[in-house]
Amino acid sequence: MDFKSSDTVTGPRAEDHLPQTAQAAVKIVIVGGFGVGKTTMVGSVSEIRPLTTEETMTQAGVGVDDNYGSDSKTATTVAMDFGRISITEQLVLYLFGTPGQERFWFLWNGLFEGALGAVVLIDTRRLEVSFDVIGRLEERGVPFVVAVNDFPDAPRYPIEDLRSALDLPEEIPIMKCDARRRASSRDVLMTLMRFLHSIAMASASA
Amino acid sequence: MTPPQRRRRLPKEASAKIPQQAPEGVSPHAPKEGGAQGGENQTADQTENQPERLFVLTSQVEDGDRASLDLVTLIVARADAPPTAQPEQSAVLRLCGSPLSVAELSAYLNLPFSVVTALLTELLTAELVHARAPIVRSELPDRSLLEAVMHGLQKL
Ligand SMILES: Nc1nc2c(ncn2[C@@H]2O[C@H](COP(=O)(O)OP(=O)(O)OP(=O)(O)O)[C@@H](O)[C@H]2O)c(=O)[nH]1
Ligand SMILES: [Mg+2]
Repeated sequence: MDFKSSDTVTGPRAEDHLPQTAQAAVKIVIVGGFGVGKTTMVGSVSEIRPLTTEETMTQAGVGVDDNYGSDSKTATTVAMDFGRISITEQLVLYLFGTPGQERFWFLWNGLFEGALGAVVLIDTRRLEVSFDVIGRLEERGVPFVVAVNDFPDAPRYPIEDLRSALDLPEEIPIMKCDARRRASSRDVLMTLMRFLHSIAMASASA
Repeated sequence: MTPPQRRRRLPKEASAKIPQQAPEGVSPHAPKEGGAQGGENQTADQTENQPERLFVLTSQVEDGDRASLDLVTLIVARADAPPTAQPEQSAVLRLCGSPLSVAELSAYLNLPFSVVTALLTELLTAELVHARAPIVRSELPDRSLLEAVMHGLQKL
């Protein structure tokens, strides 16, 4: 670690400070394959410049035994971008953009289990990249919506074809978006919130 | 053109039973005892190829407490740094004059999440900081919370 002195640390800009009244935070996870637009989506709605948190891990048994001894572990750094939206003076929403490979998720305690829900970002040029992510969310019982990022050279399938290709039930929202546009990303988050609300209503009346 | 085809999966028994309300917000696969000696703590289907956390700073505080710190736990300083504080601790206390999430601390300090949680565990024990627990998804989601978030998003 290159940590030298507390004076070298640059904290948040004055306008990025949360008010003292901030009592609690909630989180939403944006998950998808490489280059699908996770960071773009986080950045387009965040009130702060997107930040990055990292975790270092060792991968047992990956390295090849060498002259340095029996320890053949390699250290890997896994990064996750995130942004923030102040909801009220008391409540803060954080958005985390995380890679699709589930083997990294355990690094961050309860990232998915503690989240209100997830947005699965997909790119129709590589639809199958999202299959495993969606399956893992289903297994963990994490509510999610699907947002299709519209890349210019990507095949355009009707939403209903995507629904059947992804084998998603009728109630799970699937929508097109442009992660670069704040209004579009906000609509995706609103769709997730409405979906979570409908689940809450259904479980209250059950 | 036809897209490739996926097959739906069902919720796993084990994950369906996770107490969602637990303040720890601990993932079923999170190694609770810390990572350095990690492999044994993981569930059977995870042991193979499962990378483990690398803790860089050593801490005298029990690892168990670390699990209660979420990425979005808000940290607030309660006191100024004592003269004996390590530079990392002083930096945390300086940054947390107003509430700051563990994730933001990790980003600004440029330290891994697990290192920051270890630092914070010490500071919590020394009563130099306060932790404001996040609201995690629960079995019975709180509708007024969801409505508040929707309202906030609408203002964007
Ligand atoms: N046309 C189009 N381009 C997009 C959209 N979202 C992101 N992009 C572009 O796609 C590229 C990758 O976006 P990122 O946000 O970095 O993707 P990411 O998922 O964070 O990528 P990794 O973190 O590397 O996995 C960038 O050049 C973006 O400008 C979108 O909605 N439409
Ligand atoms: Mg990214």
